[in-house]
Amino acid sequence: MATFKDFRNNVKPNWCPGCGDFSIQAAIQRAAANVGLEPESLAVISGIGCSGRISGYINAYGLHGIHGRALPIAQGVKLANRELTVIASGGDGDGFAIGMGHTVHAIRRNLDITYIVMDNQIYGLTKGQTSPRSAEGFKTKSTPEGSIESTLSPLEIAMSAGATFVAQSFSSDLKQLTSLIEAGLNHKGFSLINVFSPCVTFNKVNTYDWFKENIVNLEQFPDYDSSNRVAAMNKIMETNGLLTGLIYQNKERKPYEELVSGFRPEGLANQDIQLSREDFEKLVAEFK
Amino acid sequence: MISQLSWKIGGQQGEGVESTDRIFSTALNRLGYYLYGYRHFSSRIKGGHTNNKIRISTKPMRAISDDLDILVAFDQETIDLNAYELRTGGVVVADAKFNPTLPEGIDARLFPVPITSIAEDLGTSLMKNMVASGASWALLGLPLEVFNKAVEEEFGRKGPAIVEKNVEAVKRGADFVLELAGGPLEDFRLEEADGKQKLFTIGNENIGLGCVAAGARLMAAYPITPASEIMEYLIKKLPKFGGTVVQTEDEIAAVTMAIGANYAGVRTLTASAGPGLALMMEAIGLAGMTETPLVIVDTQRGGPSTGLPTKQEQSDLNAMVYGTHGEIPKVVIAPASIEDCFYDTIEAFNVAEQYQVPVIIMTDLQLSLGKQSCEALDYDQIKIERGKLVKDAPPLEDNKLFKRYEFTEDGISPRVLPGEKYGLHHVTGVEHDQEGRPSENSVNRLKMMDKRLNKLNNLYIRDGLRIDAPHETPDLLIVGMGSTGGTIDEARLRLEKDGLSTNHITVRQIHPFPTEQLTPYLEKAKQVLVIENNATAQLASQIKMHAGYGEKIRNLLKYDGNPFLPSDVYKACKELN
Repeated sequence: MATFKDFRNNVKPNWCPGCGDFSIQAAIQRAAANVGLEPESLAVISGIGCSGRISGYINAYGLHGIHGRALPIAQGVKLANRELTVIASGGDGDGFAIGMGHTVHAIRRNLDITYIVMDNQIYGLTKGQTSPRSAEGFKTKSTPEGSIESTLSPLEIAMSAGATFVAQSFSSDLKQLTSLIEAGLNHKGFSLINVFSPCVTFNKVNTYDWFKENIVNLEQFPDYDSSNRVAAMNKIMETNGLLTGLIYQNKERKPYEELVSGFRPEGLANQDIQLSREDFEKLVAEFK
Repeated sequence: MISQLSWKIGGQQGEGVESTDRIFSTALNRLGYYLYGYRHFSSRIKGGHTNNKIRISTKPMRAISDDLDILVAFDQETIDLNAYELRTGGVVVADAKFNPTLPEGIDARLFPVPITSIAEDLGTSLMKNMVASGASWALLGLPLEVFNKAVEEEFGRKGPAIVEKNVEAVKRGADFVLELAGGPLEDFRLEEADGKQKLFTIGNENIGLGCVAAGARLMAAYPITPASEIMEYLIKKLPKFGGTVVQTEDEIAAVTMAIGANYAGVRTLTASAGPGLALMMEAIGLAGMTETPLVIVDTQRGGPSTGLPTKQEQSDLNAMVYGTHGEIPKVVIAPASIEDCFYDTIEAFNVAEQYQVPVIIMTDLQLSLGKQSCEALDYDQIKIERGKLVKDAPPLEDNKLFKRYEFTEDGISPRVLPGEKYGLHHVTGVEHDQEGRPSENSVNRLKMMDKRLNKLNNLYIRDGLRIDAPHETPDLLIVGMGSTGGTIDEARLRLEKDGLSTNHITVRQIHPFPTEQLTPYLEKAKQVLVIENNATAQLASQIKMHAGYGEKIRNLLKYDGNPFLPSDVYKACKELN
């Protein structure tokens, strides 16, 4: 059995000291061990940005792709070998700006992938421009007079796209975050876990203290039913999206892999690909 | 008796033009004739003129003919638009419903047949296609029982009553026209074919079959003309072999999903046309940089932008060769026949895995969609080569990572798949070291760039050039690519009769360019004519850049949306000499 240490490697992240991404990395490592994964059975597929580097900081198979495309790459990996556990990860720019189209469709498709977004409401690696998650009026290098576009609500979008697992957490709450990632890994289908991950260098508004003051933990509502879609949507709206915990889970809907006709439980990558003469002749005969 | 003729059916899109063509040609195929089809269609579903033309021959004939023998018209527009193609003494079979007339100056025989009313008498105007094809068949004096058998197969699953109605429609169409013409047309009587039924298919389906044979089990794609038949074929076939097709949200998702699946070990393709290829460019760079095998099919159509989406062109060559930022190794293979579409697809997957590079299969609309006879495909030529794929790698010392990008003599590194116990490594589009870790070290950078860019130094695919060079020093060397080969060869026959000696080379390995193999032929030819369906002579530019001989090279370019005709090539060659 692997422990969280087996998911560590000796690479020093290039994140700023105090960056929220460190705890997310730790939470992924702990959750992977807690659900019984081995490093070789995990593939972490990440996008581009500060957060996109995460696939290089976890001792597992990792692919650091191109900006905004972590999800289609991750879906390709899962389709090719469903025996692998696949985590996709990236920032809010990666998932909700350049890659938003893929996010919505990955949610609809519902392959068994855990998508962890490291949401800092700003573009960090390019040194401080606005993000779709930035608040209206937020001043950045690209919005010197303050952002005049409305703030995107990924949770509402996920719900309306038919998500089967929607959760949100805060990087300071390592315990909650770890348990939500575990729940996501155990969920059969696509899980979206949006994580507030403060950028200590470029975001002077949405700081650790700001989140502590403004977010609501769903544990405060003992009657909250995470299987109720309407309740979930209401709660997201009531809290203006500033809530943490498991917001919604649909355990009924089967993942894509189980709905594809002829798709076998073994990884496709491990199957014999030689076409038999008999099958070949049959296929050719259709052209007569 | 004649050895070949051309037949065309035209009408409004959605009116049964496709199905008339299908039934008529299926029956001809049963008799063993060689067929070569061309579809003229528009980017709409219902309405608008459309026509299908077939070349029928007792010998292999892979070109659209210059003229037309028989035109079947569902409307006057079909006659007005196509009558100029008819040869003197040609025939028009037209629906009597619209009181057809021939344009002035057209010397042809017109047979008005009440196509619609016969069909309606039998219950539905949908049977117009049967009446029209039956009339055509009868005029050629071909055996009706063979035609009826084709009808039976087309409608058999709908029950005997439907079959019977359709057979009746064929008979009435045939009887009517024979009465009018006084029997089959003696001057259109075809020599008997060899009686051996050929494969009868389109390039896109042969590519699909090639994928299954190559062991491809996943495809990710976004619908586009003229590529969609590949995904439509594979979604029917792949589930039987455990795989599937995913219709993605766009071509960027398609290509990156294919990259993810190839990385994880399943041979996976995507297919598109120019607009989709343009969207894939950044991802092609990722495949090149991460040395991930990838197969993309580009079925070229008229560009730029939306261009002529249902018309012939070969103008994506530069995009395929040069597209993506930075510098990566990449292979572009251009099938030049319906059989190539099958074999080259298998080779593309092998090359992609052996060299760990993106491979683009370049077709054009005519090759992808033109339905034609195909020689028997050989199972024994299917070989799956996966290159340096490592299974059960031995344990690594001191928890080190697997050297996925190890420096080797040929530049190709061992590759393991995720899931492999002792194969952990990192993959990134950032410049990286041998374990895949990001690295900005300049010594490593140079070595990695050279490693990747030199991988293809010795690549030469099967028939990278297809050479037909009967003359040591020909008057003219004709060079082409894609679907134009048959047209060029037909023109050459006429040129030889005129005493002009020609060699013909089809470039099938577009990139890396086979300079060394082509040079001796350029050297010996007195003149070189490069024929391509684009406006800027993209293939000729490759030849000049890599091999030189610019002073000998002339261009024949066509970019009006139509494939070359043998007469286009013949005229251009005559003008040179």
